[in-house]
Amino acid sequence: MGRLEKICILCPIGCNLIIEKDPTSKEGYKVSGNRCNRGFQYAIKEMTNPTRVLTSTVRIKGFSNSMLPVRTDVGIPKNKMLQIMDEIRYLEIETPINAGDIIAKNICNTNANLIATKSIG
Amino acid sequence: MYDVIIIGAGIIGNFIARELSKYELDILLMDKENDISNGATKANTAIIHAGFDAPNGSKMAYFNVRGNPMFDQVCDELGVPFKRIGSLVLAFDDTDLKTLKVLYNRGLKSGVPKMEILNRDQVEKMEPNISHNVQGALYAKTAGIIGPWELAIALGENAIENGVELSLNTEALNIDKTSNGYNVFTNKGKTEGRIVINCAGIYADKLNNMVSHNKFRIIPKKGQYYLMDKTVGNIVNTVIFQCPTEKGKGIVVTPTVHGNLIIGPDSEIIEEKEDTKTDSHRLKFVAKVASKSLPNIPFDKVITTFAGIRAEPETGDFIIGEPEDAPGFINVAGIKSPGLSASPAIAEYVVNMVGGINNGLVKKDNYNPNRKKIIRFNQLSNEEKNELIKIDPRYGKVICRCETITEGEIIDAIHRKAGATTVDGVKRRARPGSGRCQGGFCMPRVMEILAREQGKDIEEIVKDSLDSYILTGKTK
Amino acid sequence: MNYDLVVVGGGPAGLAAAIRAKELGVMDILIIERDNELGGILNQCIHNGFGLHIFKKELTGPEYAKIFMDKVEELGIDYKLNTFVLDINDKKELAVVNSTDGFFSIQAKAIILAMGCRERPRGAINIPGTRPSGIFTAGTAQRFINIEGYMVGKKVVILGSGDIGLIMARRLTLEGAKVEAVAEIMPYPNGLKRNIAQCLEDFNIPLLLEHTVIDIIGRSRIEGVILAKVDEDRNVIKGTEKHIECDTLILSVGLIPENELSKSAGVKMDPLTSGPLVDETLETSVAGIFACGNVLHVHDLVDNVTKESYKAGESAAKYIKEVGEKKKIKDNIVHLYPEKGVRYVLPQYLDIDNLDENINLFMRVDNIYKNIEIIVETNGKVIKKFKRNQLFPSEMESILLRKEDLNNMTGNKVSVYIK
Repeated sequence: MGRLEKICILCPIGCNLIIEKDPTSKEGYKVSGNRCNRGFQYAIKEMTNPTRVLTSTVRIKGFSNSMLPVRTDVGIPKNKMLQIMDEIRYLEIETPINAGDIIAKNICNTNANLIATKSIG
Repeated sequence: MYDVIIIGAGIIGNFIARELSKYELDILLMDKENDISNGATKANTAIIHAGFDAPNGSKMAYFNVRGNPMFDQVCDELGVPFKRIGSLVLAFDDTDLKTLKVLYNRGLKSGVPKMEILNRDQVEKMEPNISHNVQGALYAKTAGIIGPWELAIALGENAIENGVELSLNTEALNIDKTSNGYNVFTNKGKTEGRIVINCAGIYADKLNNMVSHNKFRIIPKKGQYYLMDKTVGNIVNTVIFQCPTEKGKGIVVTPTVHGNLIIGPDSEIIEEKEDTKTDSHRLKFVAKVASKSLPNIPFDKVITTFAGIRAEPETGDFIIGEPEDAPGFINVAGIKSPGLSASPAIAEYVVNMVGGINNGLVKKDNYNPNRKKIIRFNQLSNEEKNELIKIDPRYGKVICRCETITEGEIIDAIHRKAGATTVDGVKRRARPGSGRCQGGFCMPRVMEILAREQGKDIEEIVKDSLDSYILTGKTK
Repeated sequence: MNYDLVVVGGGPAGLAAAIRAKELGVMDILIIERDNELGGILNQCIHNGFGLHIFKKELTGPEYAKIFMDKVEELGIDYKLNTFVLDINDKKELAVVNSTDGFFSIQAKAIILAMGCRERPRGAINIPGTRPSGIFTAGTAQRFINIEGYMVGKKVVILGSGDIGLIMARRLTLEGAKVEAVAEIMPYPNGLKRNIAQCLEDFNIPLLLEHTVIDIIGRSRIEGVILAKVDEDRNVIKGTEKHIECDTLILSVGLIPENELSKSAGVKMDPLTSGPLVDETLETSVAGIFACGNVLHVHDLVDNVTKESYKAGESAAKYIKEVGEKKKIKDNIVHLYPEKGVRYVLPQYLDIDNLDENINLFMRVDNIYKNIEIIVETNGKVIKKFKRNQLFPSEMESILLRKEDLNNMTGNKVSVYIK
């Protein structure tokens, strides 16, 4: 790989990052096109360990037509998204729930917790 | 054993069922679809013609002219929207002006009342948005607009209340003559009837050909339409026709009873009986021809386009009566336009036929011509709204934003006789989803109400036909 | 019933407007919400990405809404749920209905319109074909999946690359559906670039630019669509048609501000935004009626909705304070006109005597532009220029004018265009 282009997803500007291998730098890559340092960090992470915050829903006990929205509290490895979705499928939670409550700890050994994003009941 | 089995629950089948329900008869009304009026009745121009169009001496002319004045009473009894707004046939050149006279004279001969040939100024006064190329018009005061499926559903409901049995999802697969009537074999088993009335629309040929050697063919003809937002419904005040030429009958532009605008149809013979596809090529043609009448139709206000299938008889006229070799089997077939306008007179005629076969009919003592009033929340006064909500709070919950339809109205549409079981069934009865958002907001709510009121799971709720499922399971 | 301020709509716009008005001392405020909870469409937007500008945090829709809902509770602002406004007249009387209070009217000193928008349905874009089930607007599908927990299909085609469509492509994929393609009739995507990256590219979902659905197949449930490529004039290129099997078609083809009530109140509309015409205070043509959020013009970021709605809340508070005082007369009005390359500018007019130091103008362009200048001009004289590297039709742009920029202008017409 010589040169890779990626759109930064950290904010709505969506900078067009150009990432090049650069053994001389500490991170091993040279990044251009970013407007802020977070963009640089994102580019490096995309090359080494790309992560995403996963959002989904969890079934609530006793509610047939209403789901609890959830997210991971930190980014999880991008390639683990579907595995975590499978895990979430079998969860069922009891009310009351407060936004921020941990629904599942260290989900799929990612060091991320699944947290509620809405209060219900 | 039924006295009468009516096959096909469109406008004709329902009208006959309702008229026969005035008499002491055991009647079964069946349809292969899961709701009343799922064929031609649900997709047409929704107008009641004055009757000058059909050839003199034809059944079409006879029943149209006779049927037209019958609508006021039946619509009043059943609470069906109907407005006599009159129609204009526009003439754009000298040939057209001659045609107007032909139509006028034909109308006179057929007995059409209240016609008048108008000059250009008179037309422009009545219709300020009309094309300046108009030279004159034939004005027929008795023409009107109606809710066709609302009428069919109302007739069906009233028929059931007067004892008629309705069997939906019931398809007549075969019919056999017996010593005293007919066996009708359906997907649900065998039923017997002394008299069978064939109102099967585009499938009427199939049924006739099961029992008679006098075979005929029904040719499905497709017509495509635009339906426009209520904000443009008042661009015309009357039903606007164009003079028929050798090129065709022209395109109709008319307000609907609910205040929308309808534009169409073209005419296309199709292979498949239920091909209701629309295509942009033909719709563009419809728009182009309509623009001849009204040059400034705002086509950005289209809320939907659709196609309807008409049952065109190869004979060119309605086929009504018993085949010689099948006594007690009454065809009411090939009911193309002006079939809706003719329907009350056809029903009256068929009742007489049944009376003849039956050696007379006995009137029911307890026949009730009226239907329980339908409440339209947004048509009530403020005081009435308040009173109603106090009695039934479900009328205080607006489900459809575009048309202001309340939960109470939707529940009523579900629980009436011949009530709605599908999303489109609710839409045809109470109108949620017929506005500009086309159900984007209210469809999930309507599904919830349908599921709750029928004790079903929401996943079982379909859009229209039995296989038109909406949801494919739970996410988890 | 009387209120100083009635806010129609309890979504992000209505909540922010009510909160700011209350903070500025308006006592009697009522928020009217037709749904069964406050928060509006944010409740079904369970994905993250909200609040970066205002809270410097990546929040999900429900989390963003909760901040404002908590504040409404804390400030003790009245609200009515499951309540529907049937009509508003130009005397600021509202006809309202719900199940518990019945039909009632409210006299307001000021009204803030915050009804949001609706999605363009199939009919509005005239897709031909049959009319089977399985065709959803993106927002309807989102509600089924995220709030009610039901799937809408297994093999999906998405028409239109609006943000909700892109978000739903990812959401459907995560929930086990196969998204065959996202088709966009324009040569550029209609959603944010980050959503193309994280919703499509992350899941290898093809984005077919200059493609559209030309036919729908299936009688009961949709069974497939015909996709075709279009030329520069959006006409179908013959021979490019391809059949794609699917059981679901999702439409993400635009949003329309929902202004039926605004019209009933006699508010004058801008055909370019489909929202009310407003001045720099977000006041409509009817004195004391203000508008903010997607009912005014369609936003791509909720943060901008919040900022705009704070402004509407401020203006309404000021108006209420001044009611009874000498009526202000707006006799020094400047009209703003979008010209070459600019689809709309908001506000559409400015009351010169009433301007704050800074005036934010919002605009959208009609195409992709690179390395250009946005020119603000009056009477042939350039007032101000703004350099931009690139502008996209999908992204709202804002420019900042200062009061002094308008001091020496002649005439009452300002045009904004791209050079």
